[in-house]
Amino acid sequence: MSGSRFFSSPRWGSTPRATLFCRDTGLPFVDLRWPAGILIVATFLLVAFNADAQSGAARSSVYAILWKWTPLLFQGFCLNLLMSALAMAFGTILGALLGLAQISLLPPVRTGSWALTQVLRNSPWLVTIFYIMYLVPFEVKIGGTVIPLPDWIKATFGFTLPVMANVSEIVRGAIRSIPATQWEAARSLAFTRRQTLWMIIIPQCLKRMLPPWMNLYSILTMGTVLANIVGVSESLTIVRDVLASERRTDLLMPMYAYILVWFFLYIYPISVATVRLERKWSVKG
Amino acid sequence: MVGEGVMAMDKALKEPQVVITDVHKSFGTVQVLKGVSMSVRKSEVVCIIGPSGSGKSTLLRCINALVPIDKGSIKVDGIEVNDPKLDELALRRRVGIVFQSYNLFPHRTALQNIMMAPVHVLRQDKAEVEARARKLLAKVRLSEKADSYPGELSGGQQQRVAIARSLCMMPDVMMFDEVTAALDPETVKEVLNTIRELAAEGMTCILVTHEMGFAREVADTVHFTDHGRIVESGDAKAFFTSASDPRTREFLTQVL
Ligand SMILES: Nc1ncnc2c1ncn2[C@@H]1O[C@H](COP(=O)(O)OP(=O)(O)OP(=O)(O)O)[C@@H](O)[C@H]1O
Ligand SMILES: [Mg+2]
Repeated sequence: MSGSRFFSSPRWGSTPRATLFCRDTGLPFVDLRWPAGILIVATFLLVAFNADAQSGAARSSVYAILWKWTPLLFQGFCLNLLMSALAMAFGTILGALLGLAQISLLPPVRTGSWALTQVLRNSPWLVTIFYIMYLVPFEVKIGGTVIPLPDWIKATFGFTLPVMANVSEIVRGAIRSIPATQWEAARSLAFTRRQTLWMIIIPQCLKRMLPPWMNLYSILTMGTVLANIVGVSESLTIVRDVLASERRTDLLMPMYAYILVWFFLYIYPISVATVRLERKWSVKG
Repeated sequence: MVGEGVMAMDKALKEPQVVITDVHKSFGTVQVLKGVSMSVRKSEVVCIIGPSGSGKSTLLRCINALVPIDKGSIKVDGIEVNDPKLDELALRRRVGIVFQSYNLFPHRTALQNIMMAPVHVLRQDKAEVEARARKLLAKVRLSEKADSYPGELSGGQQQRVAIARSLCMMPDVMMFDEVTAALDPETVKEVLNTIRELAAEGMTCILVTHEMGFAREVADTVHFTDHGRIVESGDAKAFFTSASDPRTREFLTQVL
C-alpha cells in the first residue's frame, strides 16, 4: 500500500504541534482526512464492481463471496483488535515505567532504560516479533499448572515491546517538555521530587501524552496484520486462506480492499479524534 | 517622625533572621557569587539591586537551597543551609520565594495552587488550610478568582496568587525576585501594593527589584550588587541620595 497518501508525514502535519508529537514518538503522524476515506471506499467499490463484471454468470458474484466469508474475516479482524488492545495495555504500563526510569536520578537506571528504549524503538517491529516468537516457549509451567501460550499471545508480546518503547519516549518527552520553572516552584514549596512528579508534573503531561498515545494505537492496530507472517489467524491470514480456497484471481483486489475498508472505518474516527484533541489542547496550552 | 524613629530602633534591636557570610557560588567556570555577606533582621525589608547578571537571583536561590553553595554560610532562623544534612522542609517552610514568571501550577485553580503545599507537604488539616487560603486570596484582593485556573488570570493576578501561595506556608521570610518585571505598568501597582502591605505587617522581605521608586519607599536597607559582590550597602533613604561607589552612582543615574 502506498502509505504516504494516507498518512501525512511530519512535514505535512497541519499544526506545528503535530510535528512535535511526531518527534516525540518518531512515528509517522496518522492524520487521515476525509478525502482519504472517500478515496478508499471509492477504490473498493470500483475494484469490487470491476471484478464482479468480469465474473461470469456461472460463478457466484464477488459480493456474495465476500458476504459468505464475512463472519470469518470478522473473527480475524477481532483478533487484530484484541491483540492491539492487549499490546497497548501492557505496552502502556511497561512503557510508563520505562519512561519514568529514563528520568531517574540514578545514572545506571537512566542509561539502561534509555538504551532499551532506543533499541526497541529503532528496530523493525517484525524483528522484535520474530524474536519473541522464538524466545517465548509455547507453554509455561507455573507451579504445577501448564499455561499454553498460543501464537497470537506471543505475537501480542511481540507488539508490546515496540509499544512500550514508544510510550517510554512519549512519557519522557512529555515530562521534559514541562518547564524547569515548575520543578523549581514545587521545590521552593518543599514538595519532594516524587510529590512534584505525581502531583504537578505528570498531571500536566497527561494532556500532552494523549494525542501521541492515540496515534501510536492507530499505528499499532494497523501493524497487527504483521502477525500474519508468523501464522496468527488474524484478518490478513484469513484473507489469504480464503483466496487460496476460492482460487479466483478476480477476488484478490476486492478481498484486500474489503479488509482495508474495515481498518479504515475503525481507525479513521480515532485519527480524527486525535487531531481534534491536538488542536484543542494546543490552542489552550 | 517620632514613631518612625522608634520603629527603626525596634527593628535594629531585633535578632538577625538571615545571616549570609562569605558565600561563593560558581556555575562551571563562571563565578557568580564571589564572597557575599549580608544579614537581614526580623521585619526588615531589604532590597537587592544591581545590573543584570550580577547574581541577584542566584543569591535568592541559594538562600532557600534551590542552588547549593560552594563556600560560606547561610543561616536562616539558625538553620545552616550549607549543610549536607540540611532539612529542606524545615528551611523552605520558613522562606517563601516568588518568581518573576509566577510559576503557578496551570492544572490547578488559584485556590488549589495555594492549598497544595500546606495540605500535601505540611499535612495540615484541609479545612483549616482552605480557610487560610481564602483569607489570603481576600488579602491579595482575588477572592472572586478562587476557582479560576492560572490561564484565565492576568499576569498581575497570577503573581498575587503566587504570593498568596507562598504566604500560605506561613513563612518567616519572603523573597521576591523581580516579581513585577514581566508585568505591564498598570498591574505592577497591584502587586507592589500587596508587597507594601506585607512589609507594613512586619514580614521580613528580601526583594530584588528594578522598581527604584518602590525600593526607596519600602526598603530599610539597600544592597547594590555587581559581578557577584555587594559593592555598596546602606540605609535606603541615604543610599539613593548619596551613594558613594562610582558603579552604584552610574547604575542609579541609568535607572532613576
Ligand atoms: N543554572 C545556571 N547555570 C549556569 N549559569 C547560571 C545558572 N544560573 C545563573 N547562571 C549565570 O549566573 C550569572 C548570574 O545570574 P543571575 O540570574 O543570578 O543574575 P541576576 O542578577 O538575577 O540577573 P537579572 O537581573 O538578569 O535577573 C549569569 O551570568 C547567569 O548566566
Ligand atoms: Mg534575576
